[in-house]
Amino acid sequence: MNMRKSTVIGLALIFVFSSVLVACGSKDASSNGKTLIWGRGADTKSLDPAQVTDGESLKVTKNIYDTLVDYKEENTEVEPGLAESWETSKDQKTWTFHLKKGVKFQDGSDFNAEAVVFNFERWMDKKNPYHKGGEFPYYGYMFGGYKGDKGHVINEVKAVDENTVQFTLKEPQGPFLANIAMPPFAIASPKAIKKDPEGLGKHPVGTGPFTFEKWKKNDTITLKKNKDYWKKGFPKLDKVIFKSMPDNSARFTALQSGEIDVMDGLNPDDAKTVKQNSKLKLSEQQGMNVAYLAFNMDKDTPVKDKKVRQALNYAVDKQSIIKSVYAGLATPAINPMPDSIWGFNKNVKDYSFDLEKAKKLLKEAGYEKGFKLELYAPSDPRPYMPDGRKVAEVIQSDWKKIGVDVKIVSYDWQTYLDRTGKGQHEAALFGWSGDNGDPDNFLYVLLDKDNTRTPDAGNISFYKSDSLHKDLIKAQRSTDKNERTKLYEDAQEIIKDDAPWVPLVHATPGIAYQSYVKNGNFTHPLNNDKLVKMDIQK
Amino acid sequence: MLIPVLIGMSIITFSIVHAIPGDPAKAILGEKATPEAVAQLKESMGLGKPLFIQYVDYVKGILSGDLGTSFITKTSVAEEIGPYLAATMELSFAAMVIAVFFGMNLGILAAWRHNTGVDYTAMVIAIIGVSVPVFWLGLMEQWVFAQDLSWLPSNGRIDARMGFEPITNFYFIDALIQGDFVAFGDAFRHIILPAVALGTIPMAYIARMTRSSMLEVMRSDYIRTVRAKGVSEFLIIYKHTLRNAFIPILTVFGLQMGLLLGGAILTETIFSWPGIGRYVYEAINNRDYPVIQSGILIIAFIFVMINLIVDLLYAWIDPRIQYGKE
Repeated sequence: MNMRKSTVIGLALIFVFSSVLVACGSKDASSNGKTLIWGRGADTKSLDPAQVTDGESLKVTKNIYDTLVDYKEENTEVEPGLAESWETSKDQKTWTFHLKKGVKFQDGSDFNAEAVVFNFERWMDKKNPYHKGGEFPYYGYMFGGYKGDKGHVINEVKAVDENTVQFTLKEPQGPFLANIAMPPFAIASPKAIKKDPEGLGKHPVGTGPFTFEKWKKNDTITLKKNKDYWKKGFPKLDKVIFKSMPDNSARFTALQSGEIDVMDGLNPDDAKTVKQNSKLKLSEQQGMNVAYLAFNMDKDTPVKDKKVRQALNYAVDKQSIIKSVYAGLATPAINPMPDSIWGFNKNVKDYSFDLEKAKKLLKEAGYEKGFKLELYAPSDPRPYMPDGRKVAEVIQSDWKKIGVDVKIVSYDWQTYLDRTGKGQHEAALFGWSGDNGDPDNFLYVLLDKDNTRTPDAGNISFYKSDSLHKDLIKAQRSTDKNERTKLYEDAQEIIKDDAPWVPLVHATPGIAYQSYVKNGNFTHPLNNDKLVKMDIQK
Repeated sequence: MLIPVLIGMSIITFSIVHAIPGDPAKAILGEKATPEAVAQLKESMGLGKPLFIQYVDYVKGILSGDLGTSFITKTSVAEEIGPYLAATMELSFAAMVIAVFFGMNLGILAAWRHNTGVDYTAMVIAIIGVSVPVFWLGLMEQWVFAQDLSWLPSNGRIDARMGFEPITNFYFIDALIQGDFVAFGDAFRHIILPAVALGTIPMAYIARMTRSSMLEVMRSDYIRTVRAKGVSEFLIIYKHTLRNAFIPILTVFGLQMGLLLGGAILTETIFSWPGIGRYVYEAINNRDYPVIQSGILIIAFIFVMINLIVDLLYAWIDPRIQYGKE
């Protein structure tokens, strides 16, 4: 009987109460120093960098941990990190690193040669008691497997003295330095690992500029300034909050309304708005990635024929893709890797957009009347391709003009990987984000015949060229940069001629930020999310 | 009812999860993994075993209270799911308060002023409410109220700069426990936009159901009698009619509440709300079998529980309904 009255009164009370609260809702929170909020698309998976492969996880760990060597601020060449200097033996199999003295982990324990050895042993040895918490995927991937595996490159890591570490390799590895500069190979505190090897992913302890404070899953990760950071005077920020905000448009709204300070994953269409807004800035830097169309050369279709592949290369208007899908935030791809990587061959000429030449080549190959082709396009946005279906539609309309009838097929990302890895496609759109700024990381991984093994092929063109293989393996074994450069330049010419791909574009990572954010490293191809020097100056 | 529904759900989700292509081992190791590493990991995760055995293992785990461990985060689902569930429940509850308050009153208004401009306006609002896409409404809300007018925050549960430390993960309760009224106010400001976006569809359903149910009761003899007795119009509507019209409204309420708890993915995505919808959705993208299976099982469980509560409420609202005394 009293239900009605109490309900009505209750609801009225809630209503009044809420109006009051809205009215007096406070916004004071700026009291705790310089806090920067970085809005991004997804949450971190683990804060143990050795366990992850995704950018969203490494984005955070990069700011908690340091690596032995680091990338330079201007490019992807290597400079000292936790190691002050290093030298290599004549046979290029022994690397000796001299470590910085007096560096401490965030838990107060000492960083020294023992700590480096401890981390490497944990990663490489499956029998190590601390080889726990995950699969250490990047280690196996960059160093050819784990202890005992045939392809494992590192023979031994030993501490010569307190501040000297020596690596002995089974054979020279060209990209070795570039590899150990990668964020997954950051040095964590042995004390913390010994306490709980699986817990490192939740309670990270490194030597980096920021220490871990808390993690609200799928929401925020908060880091605070490491007051004892070894680079004196840094970091400038007191607190950094990484906030997961899955919707790109909503994230941009939050940036415009001032709720966040930096965002990545900007929709290309929003770039114009950023440029018009004097309070915001846009980072424009060619990314370390490539988006491409791979022809499956293993399948019995006309694209088995080199002339057909070249013809199709002539018939893709890259500028139109950049304009309509990337809103200008991309550069046309000529080679399989961007020119920010050393070894890029500037002399290689791209197949220009020329339908007449394309038709002529098709005629020579005996396909004057055209043919049908199935093209895979991912349904999920990828960092190098915001909208795969749209890209496919542009190509579809281009190729129609030379009589090639494209059927577009889409799958969700995991299914897509599964099917392309098994070679079920005739042609597929794909892409790659580089790991270490080394040409090997693009050319060998994506186009060498070693990587055509199903069901997880990395070379989804199933392109098997022996002359290319010879170049790439030789370059892999050498640490002489001049020699390697020559080999990679040659490799790019071979690839251009054989045309296993249509290299499409290098996408610009869309980072937008408030103009009061200073000294960000936003234009770096690999470390644009490193916040050591970043500052807020309002 | 509960047990067969849950068994059915577990079989269905288990089969679908294992039938979709894609490989959890590959999702863990990333695109760069070698075929050997993927095969090895699959073996060690027990994914090479026959499906039936895997299902039996899974059910054994559930029966002993083990919901499994996420492949990706290596954390047990039981431990992980709490905050997500709390976030979703808080949002669904707020959305439902809005939906019930506005929906019922809109419906009552329409029924009371049947076949007038008021009625038509109310029903047009209801039709728009049912048909407007949630993501569009959400983005528009953000655009107008956060970006243009700067009245309300556009996303999240609370200002991240505040450093609020949750206890139960129900932010309103936590803020009250800690006596932190600034946090309470801030959490309140944060929930308004998503709750309105999420509450629009149930509001429209409730409005329509209230109207038709009220109209039916208003035509009955005893309302005429009450009116003849000279009872005020307010009491006729809110006391005599509404109570008798309440059962169908409650049914809609129960179904909608269940839908909100499981199906708020779009709202959660647009408003960066760390709820269970996104948790399960991301697990599907990563082929994180234990999270998908247990997540859906828990959502199903809550759905069934809400409907059970609604059934019990019937008897409370209408004493003529009695269970087990037929």
